[in-house]
Amino acid sequence: MTNEEFTDRIRFDLRTIAEKIPVGSSVLDLGCGDGDLLAWLSEHKGVRGTGIEMSKKKAAHCISRGLSVLQGDLNREVNDYPDNSFDYVILSQTLQQVYEPAQLLHSLSRIGRRVVVSFPNFSHYGNRLHLLFKGEAPVSEELPYHWYDTPNIRVITIADFRRFTRDVGYNIVEEISIKTDPAATCGEIIHWLKTLRATYGIYVIEKPA
Amino acid sequence: MNRLIVEKESFTFAEDEPMQLDSGSTLSPVTLAWERIGELNEAGDNAILIAHAFSGDSHVTGYYATDGKDEKPGWWDYLVGPGRAIDTSKYCVICPNIIGSCMGSTGPASINPATKKPWALDFPMLTIGDMVKAQKILVDHLGITRLRAVIGGSVGGMQVLEWCVRYPEMVDAAVPIATTMRHSALAIAFNEIARQAIMADPHWNNGSYYEGEHPSMGLAIARMVGHVTYLSDDAMRRKFGRRLQNKKGFSFGFDADFQVESYLRHQGTKFVNRFDANSLLYITRAADYFNAAERLAASGPLTGGRKAAIKYLVISYSTDWLYPTYQSRELVHTLKRSSQNVSFVEMESDCGHDAFLIPEPTLPKLIRGFLAGVTP
Repeated sequence: MTNEEFTDRIRFDLRTIAEKIPVGSSVLDLGCGDGDLLAWLSEHKGVRGTGIEMSKKKAAHCISRGLSVLQGDLNREVNDYPDNSFDYVILSQTLQQVYEPAQLLHSLSRIGRRVVVSFPNFSHYGNRLHLLFKGEAPVSEELPYHWYDTPNIRVITIADFRRFTRDVGYNIVEEISIKTDPAATCGEIIHWLKTLRATYGIYVIEKPA
Repeated sequence: MNRLIVEKESFTFAEDEPMQLDSGSTLSPVTLAWERIGELNEAGDNAILIAHAFSGDSHVTGYYATDGKDEKPGWWDYLVGPGRAIDTSKYCVICPNIIGSCMGSTGPASINPATKKPWALDFPMLTIGDMVKAQKILVDHLGITRLRAVIGGSVGGMQVLEWCVRYPEMVDAAVPIATTMRHSALAIAFNEIARQAIMADPHWNNGSYYEGEHPSMGLAIARMVGHVTYLSDDAMRRKFGRRLQNKKGFSFGFDADFQVESYLRHQGTKFVNRFDANSLLYITRAADYFNAAERLAASGPLTGGRKAAIKYLVISYSTDWLYPTYQSRELVHTLKRSSQNVSFVEMESDCGHDAFLIPEPTLPKLIRGFLAGVTP
């Protein structure tokens, strides 16, 4: 087991994604939040990045950091880009809030050569025990909401996502499972019992040629 | 208090060879009033051009040396100056008055050299493109090799877009604010009412009023209509509601009973003292004719435009009903399809179209950060 500790300022899951992006690529970050990933990629990897962010406040914050960011609904905004506009399109911890995941992935693979998707792994043992012993819908640090106040309209497990990519016709280029706390800048990459131990799944996928 | 002192300058060209206009006519000579704040660097690549809105002028910031104590500073004083968001200790800001205007640049009130009288309606019809073409001649004359940014709101934003399609090789970045690629029927309609108000004034005299009484009532009404389009339902409710002007009850007559009436009358009268009615006709017409949609669609690296993308920052305001956010989104979508590098945000404000002129903390942050990310 390798234990990779990072002390960089950005969140460990974002850092893990960033490691997968080659130097000098063009990147679209969907739901880019405060722009931490884009700023890191631009600074460390010379990436030409664009972000899409729903929140006006966060989009304005990104722009005042010098990032190229569009305020709007990502489901709509992805439609205007010409084919293959980006080397990588990143959908970080947003898939659980998307209404039409298959349709969105289709759009993303049209505008980007490769798509990076990350999500909180619902089959983590903590969630399983929560449901088994308490009989309540799991509330975890990664998904800190109750059934009545959650913005997440679906839950996703690593096994679910593997199957989904196969069903909708994508190749998994790389699968990385990580264990980290939601806001932490450190964490570790999980190599065994992933579906039980990983708090997040990160996938690099592409359409078969 | 340490005031930023600026000077209004003047540049005249096309004296021998007339300037060719989009309509096919020519204009000679052409004078531009302009102001500069900050120094041009040796490479000539730190200049920012600021384009003013339809009734604006070159006085973008600071004070004239002759200004009295109570004089107001330039119209974007909170944004432009040393250490401010558009930092004139870093950038050389140029703000020209548009041709067709009456604030020092050649317009219908200027003297026609052929008749030694004001041009009036003999003044050729202008386009936003002609205004920008004249600005380009000034910029070349000043030894500016490229513009780090072109920034402007409303009709100024149209000039920004025109710069991007007409001289893309000169423009590194563009900030069109509260603007549109083309006027909607609503915008044309309000302009038409404004023009009709002027032309219906008996003193308008087919535009030849310079030696007699001016069409002041028509111009004032035109401005009242304009001000309604610059505000919003929210802004008017907050500013005026149904409150009465220094009264306890109705006058049961046609005096300005309501505060909103009094405000509009005041704005109308104020405007008459500083603006020429024919200039309003020419500039609103140019804005109505403006349409950059197709040219912008073909402007990017993907569609045969210049190789490197222009860096755009598009800004709209939530209560702007003259150029609503959907029109800014159309602009953004057009630029995206053309593979331009574009940022966009809709700003929350209840101030309507005028919001970009009203000091608040977000716009300076956006522009400062955006400019920091622009390299020549």
